[in-house]
Amino acid sequence: MRYDAIAIGGSHGSFDVLLRTFGEFSGIELPPIFVAIHIPRGSAPDFVTHFNTRCGCRMLEVEDKQVPMNNSIYLAPGGYHALIERDRSLSLSSDGPVNHAQPSIDVLLESAALAYGNRLLAVLLTGASSDGAAGMERVHALGGTTIVQDPKTAKAPVMPQAAIDRFQPDYLVVPEMLAGTIISLAGETQE
Amino acid sequence: MIDPDVLRIETDLVVAALYQRYGLDFRQYSRASLERRLLGLVEKLHLQHVTDLIPRLLHEPGFVDRMVNGIAVNVTEPFRDPECFSAIRQHVFPVLRTYPYFKIWHAGCASGEEVYSMAILLKEAGLLDRAQIYATDINTDALARARDGIYPVESIARGEKNYLAAGGTGRLADYTLQQYGSARFDSSLRENMVFSQHNVVSDEVFGEMVLVMCRNVLIYFERELQNRVIDLFQRSLVHRGFIALGAKESLQHITGGAAFECLDRPARLYRAI
Ligand SMILES: C[S@@+](CC[C@H](N)C(=O)[O-])C[C@H]1O[C@@H](n2cnc3c(N)ncnc32)[C@H](O)[C@@H]1O
Repeated sequence: MRYDAIAIGGSHGSFDVLLRTFGEFSGIELPPIFVAIHIPRGSAPDFVTHFNTRCGCRMLEVEDKQVPMNNSIYLAPGGYHALIERDRSLSLSSDGPVNHAQPSIDVLLESAALAYGNRLLAVLLTGASSDGAAGMERVHALGGTTIVQDPKTAKAPVMPQAAIDRFQPDYLVVPEMLAGTIISLAGETQE
Repeated sequence: MIDPDVLRIETDLVVAALYQRYGLDFRQYSRASLERRLLGLVEKLHLQHVTDLIPRLLHEPGFVDRMVNGIAVNVTEPFRDPECFSAIRQHVFPVLRTYPYFKIWHAGCASGEEVYSMAILLKEAGLLDRAQIYATDINTDALARARDGIYPVESIARGEKNYLAAGGTGRLADYTLQQYGSARFDSSLRENMVFSQHNVVSDEVFGEMVLVMCRNVLIYFERELQNRVIDLFQRSLVHRGFIALGAKESLQHITGGAAFECLDRPARLYRAI
């Protein structure tokens, strides 16, 4: 595999994009996927159940000190930040909001960039704040590959636009193309 | 731009300076969060590199406190995770009633909201008179705020809902004196509280506790350090004592975990067997 992990951030409007995207992953071998979207405290179990039933994927809530596995999606719980340690295990912290968000996309992406360098594929979706832009920039600077949702297709363009204003992403995609782009970059057909 | 390997080395050096000069042991804190805090501190102090913290740490009196207070995250709120408090009311309070006098330890109490929350529930249960409450932290700023017991009015207002969810029977605001946007908890709540600086990594046992509450502290530690700290708590407890952890912490993978039964899993409430 060309990538060891995929990290995805999004906020307002990203839920639908993710539902459609994860639904297309069945039968594809993918590295672990980390997801930070701005969900309220205590809501992660409901999101996990919903994604798993709707998409047939294997989503889990991030747990502190968990070791991530391929073909699994890890959702950062509301009220906590999810981080990637240098040994590539997951950890949680409750440092208070960053960019008014907890989980913050920047916190996830910045730590993932340090842990994975050029082995990271990072995705930033629609959202109404600029959380994630700094994280994407760090992923880019450390050699990772960046995909940003085309702001024209975003329910809330602020988030993807903030990233574009900071650096030039490798791919600008419309939601219909996201799954295909991720699969062609990071996926392998399962035996 | 940040070089991951350089940042790792710089973090090691700062941690070594804290340890060798002050005996403050952050060696087994989870690195991702620690690196973030150090980078935040560097930005706040308008420094260039993480290692720029070292000369100040070694030569500037008082800087170490600022640093610890910057590293040790102290976000908290009244009745945070109310299910924890209601589980304590349900499982621990009946046991407390059997004691003429008992001790409770809040390890890593931060600015103390959790401690006042507990005192309120104890008071409502008619148990506060028999309680001695120890509230400890390494963060001296936070500890000073805990001692004062003064919080923004909005923080109390936001706590009302959780207070009720925890099984509170009145209004949280009624336990405070409000003036100019701040709320000060009633001094009767504070009578049996003792605040002191204590480092769970390096300091000694606090004896004879019926309940140790240590929430959202272990999450910042690597597994081996978690094992050691749980061992410290175990040695600080009375026979059949209780431990309450944060919502994302558990004794499941802890070496000494088998010595405890889980009373309420979502509330992370445990009891020594
Ligand atoms: C996130 S706060 C948790 C506050 C409160 N218990 C809660 O759950 O809302 C973590 C606290 O742990 C304290 N802490 C960190 N390392 C510590 C140590 N080695 N010994 C004692 N307290 C520590 C920090 O200073 C901070 O106040």
